[in-house]
This record gives sequence, C-alpha cells and structure tokens, in this order.
Amino acid sequence: MFFPISGVHINPFLLAILGLVIGILGGFFGVGGSFLSGPSLFSLGMPYNFVVGTDLIHIVGKSIVAARQHRILGHIDLKLAAVMVIGTLVGSETGVDAIEALKRSGEVNLVVGLTAITVFTVIAIFGGWESWQALRKSAATTDDPDSPKADVLVFDRLAKFFQRLPLAPRISLKQSGILKISIWSIVLVSFVGGFFSGFLGGGAGYIRMPAMVYLLGIPTHIAVGTDLFEIIISAGYGSIRHAMNGNVDILVALVMHTGAAVGAQLGARLTQYFSGPWIRLAFAPLPLLGAIMVAIALITGHHS
Amino acid sequence: MKEPIQKVLRFIAIELAAYAVLAVAYFCLVLRFLGPWLAELFHEQRVYYVVACVLLMFGQAIGLERLVTGLSYIIRGGKK
Repeated sequence: MFFPISGVHINPFLLAILGLVIGILGGFFGVGGSFLSGPSLFSLGMPYNFVVGTDLIHIVGKSIVAARQHRILGHIDLKLAAVMVIGTLVGSETGVDAIEALKRSGEVNLVVGLTAITVFTVIAIFGGWESWQALRKSAATTDDPDSPKADVLVFDRLAKFFQRLPLAPRISLKQSGILKISIWSIVLVSFVGGFFSGFLGGGAGYIRMPAMVYLLGIPTHIAVGTDLFEIIISAGYGSIRHAMNGNVDILVALVMHTGAAVGAQLGARLTQYFSGPWIRLAFAPLPLLGAIMVAIALITGHHS
Repeated sequence: MKEPIQKVLRFIAIELAAYAVLAVAYFCLVLRFLGPWLAELFHEQRVYYVVACVLLMFGQAIGLERLVTGLSYIIRGGKK
C-alpha cells in the first residue's frame, strides 16, 4: 500500500502486526515501545524524521486505549499523573536542548548512544536483580506469591528517602497507598523521565515506570497505568510539535494503531494475572534489548 | 471476578479473528478515501493537518476501544 504523505510503500498488515506486538508490550508494561517500533519502521523503509513523529502519535493512540483499560482496573493515580506531567514537559524540553547543544559540538551520536547503553543496561540489571529477590521474598512471606496483590519491593531505600523529603507542599496519594510525599520528589523523578524522553527519544516509559516503583514507591500496577496516562499528555505534546514540522504520517500511524488498539487492551487485561515482581522481572530484558540496538547502531555507524 | 487464563486466551483468539476482519475492511474503505485528502492537507495547510491528526488519532483510539470492548462483550455472551 502506498502512503502518500511519507511517500513509502509498506504492507499495512505488517504495520498492524507491529502495532499489535507493541500494543501488548505497552498495555502490560506501561511503555510506549519506541525502542521496537522506531527501528522496525525504519527497516520498513520509512525516512527517519517520519519514524520519530509517526511513532509518537501512534504511541498516543495506543496509550489512550491501554490507559482506559487500566482506569477500569483501578490502576491510574490521576493526582500523581497530573503532577508528573509538569516535570515531564520541562524535562523533555531540557533533553531536546541538550541534544541541540551536543549537535553543535558534533559528538551527539556517540554521547547519546553511550548514555542510552549505560542507562538501559543499569535499569535492566538492577530491575532483574531486584524483581528476582522480590519474588523469592514474596514466596517466603506470602501465602499466594503469584497473586497480583502480592507486590513486594526489596530495594525500597530510595523510595523511603523520596517519600520523607520534608519539602512543602506535601500531598497524599491514596490510590498509590502513599500517605505523604513532597510534590518536588514527584516533579524531580518525572523531570528525569522527561529529560531522557527528549534526549533519547520515545516516551521514556522504560525509565519512568521503574523510576516510579523504585524512587517513589508506587505499586507496580499503578505505575504501569499512571505511566500510560502520563504518556498520552507528554507524547501528545511531542506529536503536535513533530506534526507541525512535517514529521508525522498519520495514515501509517492509524494503520499501526488498528493492531495496537487491540494489543493494548490485551496487555492491560493480562496484568491482572501477574504480581508486581513478575511484571518487573518480565520488563527487565526490554531496556537491554534497547541497549543492544543502540550498540549495533553505534558499531555499524547507522545513526538516526 | 477473574476468569481462568485458559478461558481468557480462548476468548482473545476469537476476538482477534473477528477484529482482523473488521480491520481489513477499515484499511480498504476508510484509508483509501482519507489518503488523498490528508496528503493534500499535509502539503498545503499544515495547521489543519495537525488538527486532523490529533482528532483522527483520538477518535480512532476511542472508537476502536469501544469496538474491542463491544466485541469482547458479545463473544463472552453478554458478560463484562
């Protein structure tokens, strides 16, 4: 099928299947899935400027579907999401500015690539270790360790530190089970997520979801749902910017979304059958996959 | 109450099959008519193109979510 906006011929069924896979990952883990969809669209022949913008607007559509399912399941903390949007948008702009500064210095690909590899690898190794320990602890202390309610966190020192920060104003997050937490803790964590979104591209759910769990102490299911809700706002903002610059092929995004819409619902529904540590353990290899893709791009010289 | 995973997976397979048929019809009809109009907007009136992008994506997301929910409801014999 010919897509006249980006001027490429792509099989729409391939796009829909790609959307389905990314939708399942997104609904289950609360990530945008750009680490997979970006390289895939590029390999299907789409110019890279269209890859970035089209992927973002498709992420918005998929996140709407998944977030609605998570809302029905009670997995979205709206107060937390509202505060996080502020930090994400400011962080995203800062990340884009950092990229522009690096472009001027001529070292953008190497610096961004090495940063991505380091960040992804650390998240994957730490997440894998922590969730494995959590599963063992959960098996020893809980009657039904596989129950979705059994959300044990082994490494909670950072979460306790951020929750105890005595900076006003402090708010309660009933949905997340947090009595009091400084708004600045939430803004700081979302700023970091936003920064990496602007710096490394995509929705940065691979950073924000674990950051919510390990730094703020949000239960895994709520972190997944809230992250998806937050992605609608942040990726929506990015999509509008990219569409204005002529980087969005909405037809490709709509076709991909037909697969993603059903995948996102499936992924969201499947979270009911897994406990927090299981979701985190299954999530751990994903950033590593991203790190490998970036490493290959750096080694072969095939940069965006 | 949570359904057994085997039952859920069976329903999912039926839903996917029904959904795929509808998606094919969607490719053939809607995108064929929208394509030239959107391409023209993209080249001639970028601001309207942006508005159309946002409306189409939100509309499709809500529409497909309802469709999938509706299909699931029908396939499960009226159970939510």
